[in-house]
Amino acid sequence: MRIKEHPILGNFDKGAEVRFTFDGQTMAGFENEPISMALRSNRVLIHRYTAKRNEPRGVFCAIGRCTDCIMIVNGQPNIRTCVEPLKAGMIIETQKGKGPVQKTE
Amino acid sequence: MHRYEMICIGAGPAGLAAAVEAAKNGVQVAVFDENDRPGGQLFKQIHKFFGSREHRAKERGYNIGQSFLDEAQELGVAVSLNSTVLGIYENGVVNVMIQDRIEQVTAQKTLIATGASENMIPFPGWTLPGVIGAGAAQTMAHIHGVRPGAEILMVGSGNVGLIVSYQMMQAGCHIGAIIDAAPKIGGYAVHAAKIARVGVPFFMSHTIKAARGKDCVEGATIVQVDKSWQPIAGTEKEFEADTICIAVGLNPMTQLAQMAKCQMVYIPVLGGNIPAHDLNQETSIKNIYVAGDISGIEEASTAVIEGRIAGLAIAHSLGYLDDQSFKDQHKRQLKSMQGLRSGSHGEARGKAKVYLNAVMKG
Repeated sequence: MRIKEHPILGNFDKGAEVRFTFDGQTMAGFENEPISMALRSNRVLIHRYTAKRNEPRGVFCAIGRCTDCIMIVNGQPNIRTCVEPLKAGMIIETQKGKGPVQKTE
Repeated sequence: MHRYEMICIGAGPAGLAAAVEAAKNGVQVAVFDENDRPGGQLFKQIHKFFGSREHRAKERGYNIGQSFLDEAQELGVAVSLNSTVLGIYENGVVNVMIQDRIEQVTAQKTLIATGASENMIPFPGWTLPGVIGAGAAQTMAHIHGVRPGAEILMVGSGNVGLIVSYQMMQAGCHIGAIIDAAPKIGGYAVHAAKIARVGVPFFMSHTIKAARGKDCVEGATIVQVDKSWQPIAGTEKEFEADTICIAVGLNPMTQLAQMAKCQMVYIPVLGGNIPAHDLNQETSIKNIYVAGDISGIEEASTAVIEGRIAGLAIAHSLGYLDDQSFKDQHKRQLKSMQGLRSGSHGEARGKAKVYLNAVMKG
């Protein structure tokens, strides 16, 4: 899915390659690219399942507007993966419904 | 509370042009943008623009974007990124969320240059992963260097649909077809010809009936429509595709203008509900200005001119620009705009703009 050489844009300078996990599986992506782009490059398109009908959802707008691509990132649900930068060691999980309830102290 | 002379909401072509023009004349400007990089959608435009030399024709969008950023930086215009404006209140109060913190700022003049969002058409399967906006395809391929998919069906033959189809081919994707419910191609012939030349089929008077696939898009069914846009049974065609790209127009992001109680006018040719504005880009609410797609869907080049006009008008109104030099520069910008609001696509929008201005006069 990565564009190796673009006729207009040339090569993409993506920076450092980092590892992260998706549902327990180790994957590689580039630091600070949106999480969704690292996932797409690993052919992961399903980001979550809806609360009522359990339907799959993925990236739709890719600019942080529609919130269709939300996932659980490092335990925190409802993270817009199309705008959240990828960091080394991130734990990314498919979100079911509204995700785990977080307790505030 | 931070006080500014001018706040600019949005660092796209309109917002940046306004900030540059105002700052050039001495106005103290703060620019807020919700994205992590400035330039709006300009950096996703890798094609050469049309128009004349004064409108930066023949230059690619991202180069135009870069020169705006350079100019803004030279003038010391601060662009605050990851900064979402949440609300506009009376007396120039604006709430902005910067990272995870909410701040309240005020300004004598506020320019809303929030741009537009993409229209969508619902159909069975439209929520499947693999159905994306045309803008999403550009973002993935041009900003992040990732192909949205291998096999794309493009819905919409306006300029966005045509240009993005060509760009996705440049990115290494295959375009199965371009479909449009309208009987004629919506965009410029020159864009359509580039795609037709490489053998991409156009299905006019066709709409998408359904997206196929269990967990992700695996294909699509299209169907012909009659003159009253109704599907004709038996005319269905099947396509294999992993991506369905929707390019069916844009609508102005007017939430902040509506919150500020700006008078709205419904003008279909400009994309829907538009805040009425005068020839200075000022809305029915004093000291609130609009420029770019929020004031009617047009082009990046018209957005830039509207931004400049707003910047000049604000500088003049704050006393940084004398009457005569404002009049001269304003006239020059309006003349430049005239060239862009002519021709098959521009003229109807130009007329609609005249109507909007007339609404302001009552």
